[in-house]
Formats: sequence, C-alpha cells, structure tokens
Amino acid sequence: MSKHTSMALRRPSRLSPDRLRVVVPILALLAMLVATGFLQPRVMSYFGFTLLLRYSLPLLFATMAQLCILVVGDIDLGIGPFVSLVNCIVASWLADQPWLCGIALVGAIFAYAAMGAFIQYRRLPSIVVTLGFSFIWLGAALLVRPTPGGTVPDWLIAATGFRTPLVPMPALLAIVVAFIAHHLIMRTAYGTVLRGIGSNAAAVERAGWSLLVGRALLYGAAGFCGVLAGLTLSGLNTTGDPWVGAQYTLLSIAGAIIGGAEFSGGIVSPIGAVFGAMIMLLSSSLLSFLNISTDWQLSLQGGLLTLVLALRTLSVWVGK
Amino acid sequence: MKQIKFASASALALLMALGCHAAKADDASALKDTSKSGIALSNSYAGNTWRQQMLRVWQAAAQQAIDGHIIAKTKIVNADASAPQQASQIENLILEGWNSIVLDAASPTALNGSIEDACKQGITVVVFDSLATAPCAYKVAYDYVEAGRIPARFIVQQLHGKGNVLVVRGMPGTQVDVDEFQGAQEVFKENPGIKVVGTVNGQWTESVANKEVAGILPSLPKVDAVIGQGGDSVGTYQAFKAAGRPIPLITLGTRQEELALWEKLDKATPGGYATEASSSVPGVSSIAFWVAQQIVAGRKVPNVVKVSLLQISKADLATWLKVTPVGAVASPVYSKEWTIDLLKSIAANTAPPPSPGPTQNK
Repeated sequence: MSKHTSMALRRPSRLSPDRLRVVVPILALLAMLVATGFLQPRVMSYFGFTLLLRYSLPLLFATMAQLCILVVGDIDLGIGPFVSLVNCIVASWLADQPWLCGIALVGAIFAYAAMGAFIQYRRLPSIVVTLGFSFIWLGAALLVRPTPGGTVPDWLIAATGFRTPLVPMPALLAIVVAFIAHHLIMRTAYGTVLRGIGSNAAAVERAGWSLLVGRALLYGAAGFCGVLAGLTLSGLNTTGDPWVGAQYTLLSIAGAIIGGAEFSGGIVSPIGAVFGAMIMLLSSSLLSFLNISTDWQLSLQGGLLTLVLALRTLSVWVGK
Repeated sequence: MKQIKFASASALALLMALGCHAAKADDASALKDTSKSGIALSNSYAGNTWRQQMLRVWQAAAQQAIDGHIIAKTKIVNADASAPQQASQIENLILEGWNSIVLDAASPTALNGSIEDACKQGITVVVFDSLATAPCAYKVAYDYVEAGRIPARFIVQQLHGKGNVLVVRGMPGTQVDVDEFQGAQEVFKENPGIKVVGTVNGQWTESVANKEVAGILPSLPKVDAVIGQGGDSVGTYQAFKAAGRPIPLITLGTRQEELALWEKLDKATPGGYATEASSSVPGVSSIAFWVAQQIVAGRKVPNVVKVSLLQISKADLATWLKVTPVGAVASPVYSKEWTIDLLKSIAANTAPPPSPGPTQNK
C-alpha cells in the first residue's frame, strides 16, 4: 500500500492534471490546425502558414511576459500599453538615434523590474499596481508619439519578415522560445525557487531566498519579453501607434491560462503557453474561415477561455 | 463545295455574332464578367453611428450586386480599432481568396505590409474614408481641404467679405482636421475683411463644441459667423443661446440634428436663416464597393479617385430631413451607374456627376 502511494507520488499517472496541462492545448491546437486546413486548404503551404502566423511573434512574446508574472501568482494588466510604448520608442528613435532608443528600452526593462520590487517591498496587490502602471506606459507612449507615425528601420522589417527555409520563421521561433523558457523556468534550480515563490512564498523566504530579488528578476524578464513583443510588432507594423498594443493584455492572459497556468501562482507551463498563444491567434482565423461574424469573435474567445478553465476544474475533480 | 459554302456562311454568322456581342458589351460597359468574384470589406471600427450607417450602405450595395449577378459574395470583417487585429484579418481574407479587399483603415501606415501582401497575390485593394498610404492600393478619397473651403466661401459671400468669424476645429492631431482648417484659412486670407476672432477644438462632437464655445464666448466681440467641421453646430448654437447672444451664421454638417436645427432656425428667423450644410458621408462605402467591382472587371482606374462632399441646399432640406432617421447622417447611396459616370468624368477630366438626391434607405 505504502509502496503504491510512493510510486504514485514519484510518477504521475498518465492522465494527471499536470500532464493534461500540456496535452490539452497541444491537442486543441492540432485540432484547430486540421480544421483550418480543411476549411481553407490554401493555408497548408509555406506561404499560407507565413500569412497565418504573421502576427504570432508579438503575441508569443507578450504571452511569455505574462507567464513570468503568473509564475509568482501575480497578474499584469499593463503589458498591452507597455508593448505600445516600446512600439512608439522604436518607431520614433531607432532609425535616427539608436543609442537613445537602446537606453530607453533598457530603462523600460529596469522600470518593470522596479515595479516588481515595489510590489514585493510594499506587499501590494499586483493587479492594482500593474493597472496603475498601465496608464503610465500609455501616457509615456503618448508623450513619445502623440499621433500615429514614425518609421521603423528596414533591417527590423526584414528581420521580422525573414523567410527561413522549409518551416516559416514564426513556427521555428515558437519552438525555440518554448524550449528556452521551459529550460529556464522548469529545469533550473533557481526556476524552481521562483515557482516556489508563487505557491508558498513564506517557505521560500524561510529557506533563505530573497523574495525581493526573485520578484524583481521575474518582472525584469517580463519587461524583456515585452520589449521583444514591441520590437517584433514594430517590424510588422512599420510604424508607431500609442494605442496599438491594447489587445495584448487580455490575449496574453488568455494565452497563458489556456496553456496551463493557474492564477493561484507557482503553476505554469511555458510549452503550454506557447501553444496557448497560437490557439488565441488561430481562433480568430478559424472563426473567420467559418464565416462567423467578427462581432461574435470576442465573446467566442471568452467562451473558449471559460470552457478550458471548466474542463481543467473537471479534470482535477476526476483526477482526485 | 457545299461544305465550304456552309463553312464560310457559318464563319460569317460567327463573325457577325461576335461583332454584335462586342458592341453590346461596350454598351453595357461591362468589361469582364465579375459574377464569380467576391469583394470583402475590412472595417477598422464599428462602434459609432457613422460607421454603422456606412456598413448598412455597403451591405445594401453588395446585396443589390449579388441579386443582379454582378458579384458572387461579400463579407464584412470588423476590427476593434486595432491595427494589428485588422492586419491579421486582412491576412485571413488573402487566404480566403477574395478578388478584392476594400478597407476603412485603422492606421495610415500600419496596414501597409498586409496590403502589399494582398497586392502581390493579385488582389485589388481599395481604401476609403480612413486611408492607408500603400502605393498599390486604390484610394477613394475626399478632398478635405476643399471641405474646409466650401463653408468658408459661403461665409465670405454672406458677410460680403467683412466680419468676425469663430473657428470650431475637429479632432486635434488628425489629418482631416489639419486639411479642413487649411482650406478655411486659405479662403479667409484672401479676404482681409474677415477676421478670425477665436479658434476652439470641437472634436466633431456636440457636447465638446458646446463646452469649448461657451468657454471662449465671454472674451469675444460680436461674432458674425461660426465655421465648424460638422457634428459641432448644435453645440455651438446652444452655447450662443445660453449666453444670450444673437445667433450668428453657423455652418452645418449633415447629421440629422443639424438639419433639424436649420429647419427650426429657418422658421424662427424672419426672412429665413441662411447657412450651408456639407460633409463627407457614410454612403461613400457604396462608391468604394463599385470602384472595386469596376477594377475587378478590368476598368482602368486612377490610383486616387476623388469624391466630392454632399452639399445640402435649402431647397432639398425638407426632403433630406424626411429620409434621415434621428441620430443618423444624411447620406446618398451611390449606384453602379453613378460610380461609372464618376470614373468616366475623371478619365475625361470633366466635372463629376451631380450627387444623387435623397433616397429612403434603411
């Protein structure tokens, strides 16, 4: 009996919630790809995939930024405006004053880390602080670029539109990002400590780790991913717009949650999140190919999110 | 011998038939058959009455074309004022294989990459209202500088070149506002008797215009005329009324409440109330639709198709009011024939056809 229990503890059963966390989004994405290919055979080519996945890079990085925050059980309501800010900085300064642009972007990453440290130091709810900061990012974006405009250097446009042989670049990058994030968060010792902050901060602190450093580091990483999202978005858009990133706040949360993260903290799945981001991206294409009016798309995306959360609760319940 | 004779006779018949056919085709000015084609509309934002009306007009024009077997299908895709979202919707439309994509763009530049993608696939791209700058896209454009000149000229003429004018501008930071203001300035500069005594931003919104005009009024001398950009005249009127000042000449847009104000003032003023109403209209989506259809059919169309504003004269006022529901904008619906006339007039460099009159539409 006791032997049996320890076995179960060591190796989760085939349908444990932890496995489902990754398996469900993978299966869902595969099902969506098959459905998309069936409805619109044109998609099933190099060119089709390139068009379909064109806007996946900013969403992918925004979801990774949100994932960093979800690791410690926080939530970031400011990532969308932050992406807009990066977009405005890039479109205004990168071409003519690359140094100024670089300093501004590094400063933005440090500002994100400082926000994390502030949340930890004052023990504030992240939802309030990040919401407050979202207006600071937006205000800064409007100061940098009051109306849409500006130009993005050609090399950035060429880099985001780069055509890799055989497999389109967005798909390749998604695999690379999934691998790196999985390794850093799930496989390294410090990654385990960081996840520990999310599930049991008191225990981690008692073990001698600094919560301040941990949170600041994760928020800094989120800022870094946010800068990557803004850079890739600028390369695709070729211009700056202070309102451009607004949708990424909700999409990134939805992507990370569909990909297996929990709001309670400590439980994330970087591989799942990459698939979650792709699911959010493909869902609007799929609905379009099904000829469902765009007026319904937001509701349907929300419904999808609810369905995933409900299924997960059910799987936990069945798993017990 | 008989065989040959028969062959030549049938060849002759064939030739005649061909000739007839060609003549007929030329008459109908149908260049190529488009009955298997699809034209999609990608709209950046659907959250106000102007855009809703624009979408209804599109739907009506497209339905008429489908019923008449001119095109096979249409589809409307709305983005939530988000350029990346609209860009990926355009990518989806490319994958769906539409013959033409018509855009009301979320950004003048951010969609250019997607538009280039569409052009490379041989898709006809037409932009209207909020334009995009991609060179391969056809533009159905209002001349907003002229839109500023029209009411300014009317004011100069009514005041006989002498008087004080208050300028109510539109949404700050938009090209439309910059252009309209420039047009009005040009006309006023040519007439040194006209003095601009104040400028406020009404943001094309009655409540904002009301607040702004009420704020500047106490500092102003007698105002003879107010030039607005449409959507702001009722607020301006209320500000003058609340301040107890005589109602000056206020130029109008073509929203229902503005036309109703004209009718009301006209009845209340002895000798009538002289003003003009002009504006860009949501019906422009039907021009964009037919332009797209004509390009798909093979007509040579210039890269920029200029469209004139709707101008309402006092004679038409009552009819326009009757067909414009409360909360809507007075707008004609442009037909295929009208659009072809417009394109021909541009090709021949002659005056554009007169704007269609008021028609009942849903």
